[in-house]
Formats: sequence, structure tokens, C-alpha cells
Amino acid sequence: MTLTPVLTAHWDEADSYSIAGYMRHGGYSAFKKAFTSTPDDIINLVKDSGLRGRGGAGFPTGLKWSFVPQNDGKPHYLVINADESEPGACKDIPLMMANPHSLIEGIIISAYAMRANHAFIYIRGEVPQAFRRVNNAIREAYTAGYLGKNIMGSGFDLEVVLHAGAGAYICGEETALLDSLEGRRGQPRLKPPFPAVSGLYASPSCVNNVETIANIPSIVNNGVDWFRSFGTEKSPGFKLFAVSGHVNRPGIYEAPLGITMRELLEHAGGVRNGHSVKFWLPGGSSVPMLTPDLLDTPLTYEDIAAAGSMLGTGTPMIFDETTSVVRAVTGWLSFYKHESCGKCTPCREGTYWISDLLHRFEEGHGTESDLDKLVELCGQIAGRSFCALGDAAATPFPAALKYFRDEFVQATHTPANETYDPTAATVFAGVTR
Amino acid sequence: MTVTTQTVTVTVDGVTIEVPAGTLIIRVAEMLGTAIPRFCDHPLLEPVAACRMCLVEVEGQGKPVPSCAVTVADGMIIKTQHTSELAEKAQAGVMEFLLINHPLDCPVCDKGGECPLQNQAMTNGRGETRFDGVKRTFPKPINVSAQVLLDRERCVSCARCTRFADQIAGDPFIELLERGSKQQVGISEDQPFDSYFSGNTIQICPVGALTSAKYRFRSRPFDLVSTPTACEHCAAGCGLRTDIRRGTVMRRLAWDSPEVNEEWNCDKGRFAFPYIKENRLTTPLVRDEEGNLVPASWPEAIRVAAAGLQATGQATGVLTGGRLTNEDASAYGAFARGVLGTNDVDFRARSTSDEETAFLANHVAGKSLEVTYGDLETAQSVLLVNFEPEDESPIVFLRLRKAALSGKTKVFAIAPYMTAGLAKMKGTLIAASPSSEVKALLGAVENLSAQSIVLVGERAAQTPGLLSAVAELVATTGARLAWIPRRAGERGSLDAGLLPIGGRNTTDIINAVGQDISGLLIAGVGVEDVAANLIEAIESADFVVSLETRHSAVTERADVVLPVAAVTEKSGTFRNWEGRDRAFDTVAAVPGSISDAAVLEELAHEMGATLTVSDFWATATKPALVASGNDSVSPGAGQAILSSWRHLLDKGTLQEGEPFLAATSRVGVIRVSPATAATLNLIDGATATVTHEETAVSAPVIVTANMAEGVVWLPANTEGTALNLPSGTCVTVTSGGVA
Repeated sequence: MTLTPVLTAHWDEADSYSIAGYMRHGGYSAFKKAFTSTPDDIINLVKDSGLRGRGGAGFPTGLKWSFVPQNDGKPHYLVINADESEPGACKDIPLMMANPHSLIEGIIISAYAMRANHAFIYIRGEVPQAFRRVNNAIREAYTAGYLGKNIMGSGFDLEVVLHAGAGAYICGEETALLDSLEGRRGQPRLKPPFPAVSGLYASPSCVNNVETIANIPSIVNNGVDWFRSFGTEKSPGFKLFAVSGHVNRPGIYEAPLGITMRELLEHAGGVRNGHSVKFWLPGGSSVPMLTPDLLDTPLTYEDIAAAGSMLGTGTPMIFDETTSVVRAVTGWLSFYKHESCGKCTPCREGTYWISDLLHRFEEGHGTESDLDKLVELCGQIAGRSFCALGDAAATPFPAALKYFRDEFVQATHTPANETYDPTAATVFAGVTR
Repeated sequence: MTVTTQTVTVTVDGVTIEVPAGTLIIRVAEMLGTAIPRFCDHPLLEPVAACRMCLVEVEGQGKPVPSCAVTVADGMIIKTQHTSELAEKAQAGVMEFLLINHPLDCPVCDKGGECPLQNQAMTNGRGETRFDGVKRTFPKPINVSAQVLLDRERCVSCARCTRFADQIAGDPFIELLERGSKQQVGISEDQPFDSYFSGNTIQICPVGALTSAKYRFRSRPFDLVSTPTACEHCAAGCGLRTDIRRGTVMRRLAWDSPEVNEEWNCDKGRFAFPYIKENRLTTPLVRDEEGNLVPASWPEAIRVAAAGLQATGQATGVLTGGRLTNEDASAYGAFARGVLGTNDVDFRARSTSDEETAFLANHVAGKSLEVTYGDLETAQSVLLVNFEPEDESPIVFLRLRKAALSGKTKVFAIAPYMTAGLAKMKGTLIAASPSSEVKALLGAVENLSAQSIVLVGERAAQTPGLLSAVAELVATTGARLAWIPRRAGERGSLDAGLLPIGGRNTTDIINAVGQDISGLLIAGVGVEDVAANLIEAIESADFVVSLETRHSAVTERADVVLPVAAVTEKSGTFRNWEGRDRAFDTVAAVPGSISDAAVLEELAHEMGATLTVSDFWATATKPALVASGNDSVSPGAGQAILSSWRHLLDKGTLQEGEPFLAATSRVGVIRVSPATAATLNLIDGATATVTHEETAVSAPVIVTANMAEGVVWLPANTEGTALNLPSGTCVTVTSGGVA
């Protein structure tokens, strides 16, 4: 399957991020077209396109929008989740660096559809370059008259506010993001009420991922049939696949959903020379790992689920045989322990304990009974925590144990660093000076 | 009108039950007698679903659901830990997680023995821990206030305390900080947990993380003997539980009393009990021939007292104060009118007036439950007249705040400035100085309807004409009226007839000593509470008998002192402001400690009479309510009109012996409006001095934006600002400290 550059089509141009660069290729024509339709028509268009949320859960975008009660007299808010912090995920930030105007045009159309006059972009604060670039793009859009009062004489007002997060993974959870955006400590909210009914400032709100919204202009311009000509019935469209890990050309490959990992690997120049795939994760650290025999699975929501994992953010990580799975899993759990917000018991205490046990394995003194204990502890978190962070934290270990039990058994007596030389897995492996 | 509630039918552990729609699963289980373990759940707080202890299985749902946060739907099939392996395992898993970082210091923890974590670890946990790592520790403990201590390693992050502070008290000075396993309750560096209700957080803490400086390490729950009691500190009528060990009160808790204090009380009611043991009178005292007060036997003291009172007879004034139970008050009434034959009896140990006498006789006495706590929640609007609930009746404050936050009730207050308490009730200020209160009241009519309630404080008596205006206002608007005194015994004393119908009020009795009053019978009166000439009056009277629990300026000067039982040593009843009787039992009987009523009965017997208690108000002739003349004060240059009331925590004698509580009291300040500050040359933050005749007090100035003009406000009976003069007094205000 070939690549299908839509969002990435002009990233190789020097000014792809500027309004001039965006408009050279027809940018800011979609929202004008959208303004000739009714908001409900736009919602139906997105519904019919089958676009699914690109933030990880894959919830149908049009359906999510339709949950926002219309004509209720309350202010509505569109919130863009640009807090990309998933280990392995690196697609939204490059998109905002290279083509921020596709996001802004998507925001104009989406806000128009859900009758929101305020949109907020909650951006990861650790990436000031992206912050500056999006900030500048917003300024350009205001100057061009695409944002602000009575946009292009349409009678539609839209203010866009860029808000930098303070570095918490939990703020990627949509209700924690809303709390953080309101100036509170970012912790997930009790649902119901759902954000669509009572979200930001207790008003109907919709939280969407950057890539999801950046897709909207192309759907408006080219139509449902065009969009559905990519991908599968249940996973229509194209996707930014950010391939990372032990590949020769890590990077972002925009391809239709349904491309296989093996095909993607070829685009990415294959596994590091002289090495082979040991395991891979389709979309970030929060999805179960898969083995090389599943490289031919089409990367769709449904096929990856059938294979026992999740498409997640669609940012595959490839690990070759130099990788210690014990070290990898321990690293992820250290992350989840550090990022657990502390609100609920299973996630707060469970990540503390699991991380502690995994570190013992990494150091070569776990016990075999600890392995059973770890499986049980993961089971005590999954499905019991307040939000999906707990579920995510409970994911890496059971999958790793399923495929690599021997390695964990070996780690009951040998430190991971002795079994697997940590430098062998790095980009500078084999480099001498 | 009948209210129809929609119901739904649900099944819990195979038992089908019909419940109101919107009920939480955990409450439905409770109705069936099934206890689902929980930590963060509290029926009076918003659900948070944080602890995950109450997970149950709901048929059709893939994951277990938190029963404290999910409401029932029709046809829902719920399985608790008793019938669902999924629920049982989920709960056991959460319990295991809660315990991994929890210290095993139960043997030295205050909560040990009455700890929800300990109890539920036994019912829903495993016997042995599987955790062999290093537990999380914190330096311990930290003070979140002078009274409330926090041991962070014991905390299970249930957020009950932070939700209480935010949702109930409106004092969000404690909050969860940090994240993950480092999450902890904390305060802002320079802002302690400043709340009159802080003790409730200790009581609802489901572990031993929050403890009080007063009780910490003092006792074990299983050594305590508990008695349901009623609080003696104000007219709210809180139900309490008093715990003693070997005859000494160790602590007091708010008791579940849904109609009155729900499950809360104030810190004064919770912590101010050491006074009972402080400075107590232990034997009767009689003044000997040299004029010294010496211990005497009961028979001798009764004989001397009876002889003296026999001599002063009708010329005896009876001042009873605010600590009396209904039973004691009735006895004083019968003794004054039936035995001494005097109508010069008054329970009001404070500034008062004949206008107030008539107001109380006509509009308050004998009325019970015409306005209740519950009514405050359904009223359209509530007008507060010279009444600051947070300071003067904190449980009324909590209920009004709840009513206001629900959006049903609008609170208005005639007050000199926008107090923090009023702001927490989302109230509207009708700014008035003591000289413009009557006018302000008449202007408040637009906020009142037949669905309104007017709450009048005892300070209304300090403004001539105000109580008459209140009576007129409720008559024209149809609003209901309630009078809320500060002290626990006042309402009962009023109903028992300790009001000078046909006699003279407190001020006039004191002034008549040396003229046609020669004897005084005094109980529970603090000299700081009434006119300064009380001491003079006592010293010049021919004969003074004092019935008192503790040594005081009155007992020092009395001819006979008869010690009476403290509130813990007797049973009795306090009638709260609603007119609701709050009976309490003896907490710790002390041999020889007898109640006022029993002492009076002895006295009557010695005087050859019997105490006959009758329904005073059945036959009393109520005086007509006439507005007192308003001799309007006009402050001169450098002067302002004083407005003042007591903070909840002050120099009150019943707060003695509790330094941790005292350390949480609010400091004395002087408040003026910006314009008044400019006129008087006062600077925000700088010291100023308020002078009246010989007395002067100094405190920092707070220039207060939303405040009546020409008024200076300072707290009464507070360290540094104890001017203790009635509002409406003309005072001189100067910048700088006392010369």
C-alpha cells in the first residue's frame, strides 16, 4: 500500500507552517465552503465520513459532536487536546510544527458545526517551539480575518485561545484537561455528566485530538466518498503513522488505515540493519505489545483489536532483539507511577507497587511468585481505576509476560543489563570514537 | 399538595426493592441492610468515587462500578460483594492497595479501635500482606491548624476533609497537593486551615490521618464511655456525643441529628470542654464575720442563704444568665415569683430593653418549631437582622449556606459590612450603621414575602425601635419570624418565664440596688457581659447569693456561694432557638454535685416554702410592644458609631483551658469604610485606637469596601479589642496605638 500524503503533502516546503504556505495549496477554502452549509449538515458530513478520533480511543467524531445539545442557549466550547504525551506518540506536535493552519481551519469548521464561539488549544507545555508556532499561526489567522468577530461576514464569531499545560500526562485525559484548563489541579472528573453536557465551565463542550480536527478541512473540501476511499468500512480515512524505534528511517508516514505494519516498516527503511523485530506496539505504550508474526495485520481499529492489541494513537514502536523486555516494561511502569494523578486507589497504589516489583526484576532479583503476583496486581487495577490511565498502566506487563515469560524468569537471577547490553539497543550502538 | 416521587425497581443481591429514582446504589444497599465498604463516600458530601472501595457488579456492565457515585436505573440488577465474585475481588484488591503504604501503627493511632480502615480491612481484606517493599513515609505530623494535625502517611486520599472544607464549611484552606503516590493533603504555606468547623474533618476522616491536638494520644476508643448530649455553648442545640474516661471528658463529637446539626458541629462545641474542670467551686462558701469567704457545709450555707433571702424577700433581684437548662430555669421562676415574691427576674445577662421584653413576650415566648432548620432550606429568602450566623449560631450558618448553595434560598443581612460569613452564604448586604438599621429594615421589605423568614439576633435589642419595626415588618409581609439568642439557656429561660413581666430588666435591677433592691440572687452571669456597674451593685447590696459552677467576679463578692453541677454532671434539657427541646443525660455523675433546681428546692424548703412550677405564660399579661425612643446619636469630629459582636471563639469563660482552640480564634481588628477611614485619618493595616470614656483598645485597621459609613466595627470580647460596649455607642477613633 502506498503512502497518501494529505496533511503531510507539503511538509517539505520551507514555509509549510505559514499561512501563505497553507493557502498556496488551497488552504482556508474549506471553512468558507462549510459556512455555506448549516452546522447540522457539517455534523452529518463528519458522521457520514466515519472519521474516528485520532487521540487513541477511536470514538466516532461526528457522533461525539452530536452529543453536544444544540440551541440550548448555553455557551459551547471546542477544546483541542494537543497535550501529546503518550510514550512513543509523536504525531500531533510535528503536525502543529509543519502544518498548524490545517488545525486552525479544522477548528473554525468544527466550532461552527457545534455552535461554539470559543475554542481552546491545550498544548503540551514542554514543547515551546510548537507553542510558538501555533501561537503565530493563530495570530496569522486573526490578521487574515479567519478568526474573531463575524468571520468573513458570516455572522459567526470565534475566539481561539492557546493554553500551555504544565507537564502532566493525566491532562491528556479529557476531563482532567478541562479541570487543568479551568485553572485547577488536573484530575479526571466523575462522569456523568459528560463533557458534551457539562464540560468546560460547566457548559457543553467537545474535546478532540489535533489530528482529528486537522482532518476536517479535507473532508469538507473533498467529501465523504473521497475520505471513505481510504481505509476500511470501520476505519475509514488516512492516518499519521509515526514510526519509531529500531528502524532505519523513523518518522511520520501518512497512509490509509489498513496498511500493514510490514508495509509501514518498508516505508521506514526496515528494521535496523542486521537486526530483526522482537516485538512491536501499534500505538503508544498503553497498548499491548505484539510479536513479529503479526506484522501483516492491517493497521485498523478492528484488525488490531482482533489481534489482541489496540491501534491507540497509531504511532508504532518497533523493538529489535537487542531490547530487554524487562527493562522496557519497567521503564513504562516508572512513567505511569510518576504520572498517576493520585486520585484513585488502584492507580495510585498499584503503580507504586508494580513499579517497585518490576525494578527488582530489572536488577535481577525478582522471584517467580512475583510474576503471578504482578499479573494479579495488574488485574486489580484494570477496570477498577477512575480513568483510563490505570487501565493503561495495567497493560504492558501482562502482554510482555505472555510472550516473554522466559526473560522474566531469567531476571530472577540476572540483571537485565547483563542479559541485554543497554548500549546495544541505542542509536549509537557500535559507534566507536 | 402532595409531592410524588418517581420510583424505580432494582434488585440487590436477589432482593427486589422500589426506591426513589436518583438514589445511589450504596444507599439502596443500606436500605436493605447491606453494608458496602467505603472510604470516600459520605452521605452529606458530593460523590467523588476516588477510593474505589465500594465497587459492585451491575449486570450488563463489563466493569465493576463505584456504588457511591452511580444512581440506580429501573430494572438494574446489582450484586454486592456478598453475591458477586467480581465485586468481592475488586474490593479485596482495593483494600490490599490501600494497605500497602498504610503504616501498621494502629496500636498508637488515635483511630485504632474505631477505624473504618481497620474494620474494613478485617471484613474485606486479606489476613497477611503480600507487600514486602518499602512503605512511603512522610515527616510527621504537620499542623494544618493549631488544633488539627495531619499524619500524611496514614491518609488514604479519600478527600472527605477537603470536600467538607470546600462544600460544607466554605473554608477551602486544605487541598490535595502533589500527584500519584506523593499525593497529600496540605495547606498553603502562609494560610492555615482557618475554619470554625475544622474539627469535623477529624471526625469524618476514615483513618487516623487527621487528629486534634486536644485528643491526640490521650485515650483509646475502647476505654471511653459515651453519652449522647446536647451542646451548652449556643442556642443551636447540637446533638453531641461526649466521651469520658474515668470521669474526665476526653472529647466531644458531633452526633447524627438530621433535623438540627445534621452530622456537624463547630469547633467551640467540639473542643471547649476543659473549662468544666477548671477553677471549679467544690464546696459552698459563706462570708464569715471578718468578711472572708470561707468553705461551709451545705446545711450551714443553705441556712445562711435562706435567712438572708428571707430578709431581702420581695426586694431581691434575680439574674440568671444563659447557662440554665429548662428544668433549672423553671425552678428559678418558681423561686423568684413563688418564694421571694418578686417579678424582678431577668435571664438576659447583656444589654437589653423593655422593648425587647415586650417583643419576646409577644412574638417569641411559648412558640415552638414555627421556624425550623429545615424551613431555612425551603424559604424563598431569609433576612438576618443584627445576627451574624457564623459567629453567633454556626449551625444556622451551615444550614443557611446549604440552602443558599442549593439556589432556593436568598440570604439578606442588615449588618455594618459584608462579612466573610455572609459572602459564604452568597448573601446580599443591606449595609446599615446602628443608627440606620430601622430605616434599612423598612427598606428590606421588597425582599420579603410570606415565603420568607426573618432571623433576629439578640443584638437587635441594642438598637431602639428595631424590634418593633421587625414585628411590624413580619405582620405586613407575612414572613415568619425567629429569634436566635447566643446562649444555650436563653430560649428555655424565656419560655420558663424568667422575663421581667411586671418587674424590672437586668439594667434596671442593677441600677435599683441600694434603692428598693437590697438582695441579689445571681446565677451564670459574667460581669463582662452586663453593665459595668454590676460589681458595684453586688458590693453595695445587703445580701448576695450566687449559684455557680466556677469561681468568678460574682462569687468573689457574694455573701453565700452555692456550687452547682456542671453540664456533664446532671441531666437536663436545653431548648434551642427553634423551640426544640434537646434533652441530655448525665455524662459523669459527681457525688455532691447537684443542679440549680435541686439547690433552689433546698433553699425554698429552708424558707418554709415549696417550689411550685407552673406555666408562666398561661397567665402572664404580655406588655404591649412600644418602640423605644430613638435618641439619635450624632458622632462629633473624630468619632464614629460603634458596631460590635463577639467572634465564635473569644475570651469567653467556657473556652478556658483549651489553648489549641484559642490559637485558632480570629484576631481583633478595627473595620471602617474607605470614606470613614479618610475622615478619621486611618490607614489600612496601621494601628488605630478606639476610645470610650476611660476605656481604649488598639488594633490594626482593615479598610472594608462594602461597609456602612460612619461606623467603626470591632469584635467584642476578643484579645486586644474587648471594648464590650453595645453597638450604637459613640466612640472616638484615632490613628496610632494607645498613648
